[in-house]
Amino acid sequence: MSNKSVEDYLKAFYLLSRNGKSVTTTDISQHFAIAPASVTEMLKKLADRGYIEYSPYHGGVLTDKGLQIAEKVARKHRLLERFLHDVLKMGDNTVHKEACEMEHALSDEAEESLCRFLKHPDKCPDDGKIIPPCDLQFSSCEECIAIHRKGLEEVGKRRQNLVSIIHLKEGFQGRICFIRGEHKVLQRLLDMGLTPGTCIDIVRVAPLGGPIEVSVRDSKLALGQDIASNVFVDVSSEILSERRFRRRRRGWTDRSN
Amino acid sequence: MTIALAGNANVGKSVLFNQLTGSSQIIGNWPGKTVERAVGTLNFEGQKITVVDLPGIYSFSTFSMEELVSREYIALENPDVVVNVIDASVLERNLFFTLQLIEMGTPLVICLNQVDAAKRKGMTIDRKKLEKMLGVPVVPTVAIRGEGIYELTKTAVEVARKNYKNRKAEAPVKYGAEIEERINKLDQAIQAGNLQLRYPSRWVAIKLLENDPEIKKLVASKSGNLIRTSEALAAEISSIHNEPCFAVMAYERYSLASKTALEVLQKSEVKTTISETLDWITTHRAIGYLTSAGVLVGLLLWTFTAGNFLSGLLSGALSFLEPVDPKVSGPILTVLWNGIFGGLVAGITLIIPFVIPFYLLLAMIEDSGILTRVAFMMDSAMHKIGLHGKAIIPLILGYGCNVPAIHSTRIMETRRERLLAAFAITFAPCAARTIVILGLVSVFVGIEWALALYAIDIILIFVLGRIALKIVPGKSTGLIMEMHAFKVPSLSVVAKQTWTRTKSIIYMVFPIYIVGSAAVQALYAFGVLEPVSNAMSLLTVTWLGLPAIAGTLLIFGAIRKEFILLALVAIYGATDLTLFLTPVQLTVLAFIGMIYIPCLATVAALAKEFGWKAAIVISASNLASAILVGGIVSRLLSLVL
Repeated sequence: MSNKSVEDYLKAFYLLSRNGKSVTTTDISQHFAIAPASVTEMLKKLADRGYIEYSPYHGGVLTDKGLQIAEKVARKHRLLERFLHDVLKMGDNTVHKEACEMEHALSDEAEESLCRFLKHPDKCPDDGKIIPPCDLQFSSCEECIAIHRKGLEEVGKRRQNLVSIIHLKEGFQGRICFIRGEHKVLQRLLDMGLTPGTCIDIVRVAPLGGPIEVSVRDSKLALGQDIASNVFVDVSSEILSERRFRRRRRGWTDRSN
Repeated sequence: MTIALAGNANVGKSVLFNQLTGSSQIIGNWPGKTVERAVGTLNFEGQKITVVDLPGIYSFSTFSMEELVSREYIALENPDVVVNVIDASVLERNLFFTLQLIEMGTPLVICLNQVDAAKRKGMTIDRKKLEKMLGVPVVPTVAIRGEGIYELTKTAVEVARKNYKNRKAEAPVKYGAEIEERINKLDQAIQAGNLQLRYPSRWVAIKLLENDPEIKKLVASKSGNLIRTSEALAAEISSIHNEPCFAVMAYERYSLASKTALEVLQKSEVKTTISETLDWITTHRAIGYLTSAGVLVGLLLWTFTAGNFLSGLLSGALSFLEPVDPKVSGPILTVLWNGIFGGLVAGITLIIPFVIPFYLLLAMIEDSGILTRVAFMMDSAMHKIGLHGKAIIPLILGYGCNVPAIHSTRIMETRRERLLAAFAITFAPCAARTIVILGLVSVFVGIEWALALYAIDIILIFVLGRIALKIVPGKSTGLIMEMHAFKVPSLSVVAKQTWTRTKSIIYMVFPIYIVGSAAVQALYAFGVLEPVSNAMSLLTVTWLGLPAIAGTLLIFGAIRKEFILLALVAIYGATDLTLFLTPVQLTVLAFIGMIYIPCLATVAALAKEFGWKAAIVISASNLASAILVGGIVSRLLSLVL
């Protein structure tokens, strides 16, 4: 089993999982247009390596380990799409295919350089999906810009899995870990009390890609979709009660859009 | 003596200002009402005190006009005392700003406002402890009911006279040792440089470390060395924390605010409040849209029906006064007198009855807090015309009057967004245009046709907004808006607001009606209007299908939109307009009147905010779309009406 195909499978899981439901063998076989039998074989191998939790007939769910790899590949894929689209001016319909090939070869170092070069983009060009944040221990892109001068070696890796608050459901809670965006937006959010480490409650999600109402430091704020999609929280920390934890597991896994 | 009121948006600064000075600043439950500082006077125990109401801000980081205005005022104009108004139920976030005020070193009093609302949310604040921790006097108030105002004023005066014994703060605004060390170093360098900056030197040091563009520019103009020193120190701080320096400062300030709030605040669980239930209804994914639409349609329907009713009553009462037939010939004095009289009666029977109910409901809507919910629900729709949800607030206010609505576009972040919002506002039919639509269409054609005009108008706003977006390209900023709790509208506030707005119509606009009406009748009597109307007949008669006199009506209407109706009454003599105009003509005239040009006051407001070029371009596009769509509407209506 090659690295490439592991990455491709995990990415497929990442894209296909909705509302925390398992991804079935059929889903995967339709996604790749290959026979279900060979998919089942592959899923067993992935489960053996600890990337997914697999149960026959139900399908599989990404483990934290699997999710990390999947997010990394998705990030590289979407960054590459941006590069091909914005810099090389390639057409919308070709960037995806191109990026699918290149994503496996891109090193982590090149990934970070690409992100900085593109000025920390937040969405991919073809279908507006969120580019997952990097796995370095930054709390904002400003930090990355500031630190870069003295080299990235000292910056530790992030242990948590970050989720954009637009993928959380009403009533869920998280701790702010990372805010992407230009200086002005970051400063405004900090002023309003959304500092990294702060607990944030999702009060309401407006329909049709509307804003999200959050509760932070006893105040309620409406954040537009564009801004909210760049606020990432950690949902794997222990600040949350057991009850919330279980609800959360079901709540946050819809990251398909 | 000068007292300045400062604090976050929508905490009750203007309410307090009105209480202190007896002024009638516009107040309501949405952020950003006060766009410029307001000044009033207060007589307190024989002393004349100037009170300054500053726009609401969340920090001193000068990303918006309001922040800059407030900061410069407090730092440079040196008010004798600053009253920091705080929303007691959002203590932590409000304290973040308080800490910045303390940092500035101005004499300060904290006004802990809306303590009643906080109590209802189960929050009680230990005032003594807060005083001790911050070293600043704290006075709890309920400004809307005047509670605590006397004590607040007394304390503020004492602080201003330096009679108040300030205790040393138990929790002074101190950053971590590694940051303090660098602030002090920079502070000393600034003091040694003797730059005459007018700002306190420690504060300048902090702002330099935070990389504040304005302060940096100011210091750079005097000493390049200091900038290099501050950049080096800021870099040291960010390498210690692995974060940019401005973010480190914000965290530290917030952790102090949070520590203070934790010490003084007691929370207890309360049942779901009515406010939360209303919140659920107004922001529900389906019902929310209905309530949003209901607000707008309800406002119009209420104005139509209540206005019709009042108008009927008033014209009944005044029927013996109404001139039976207008004098368009005869001695000049008779003509003029008749015109003056006609203008007065038309003003009383046609304008006032509609304006009062409209303003009444608008004030209630503003005061309730539903506007921010509408903004929340409409955010994604507003993105289609390059704006975010907050822009719906000035747009709805535009249904009252375009002028204050255009000024309140300042709640938007960039000039481009303000311009796009102002463009949309000029198409929002204000109270004056509503009167024309009502007087022409609703009364003589049918209420459904009047509502249809509004529907066409909304579609037009949307289509033209899309086109404007293509012409003024750029990136839109996202929505960041505080959602304040619902309130039961205060009757006294609503009544006062309605009266203030109606008063301005009576005092300022009525004389214009009377003079204008006399002038129209006189000009008509002496045959001046006909050549003008005839010159425009190609447009008015041929393309729009209106009677020739429409040309004159539209010229007068450019001054104030009600003139279209008033002049028509002056020329034809009130009562039944259907004798002179067909239903199609009435509807088309009302439609053209609605959008053909912003009135003079609006054009002036546009020019003031955006310059003459923008004002002219916006007016011209209004005119062009009115002519184009008006002709189409005219032809379509002839088929059905």
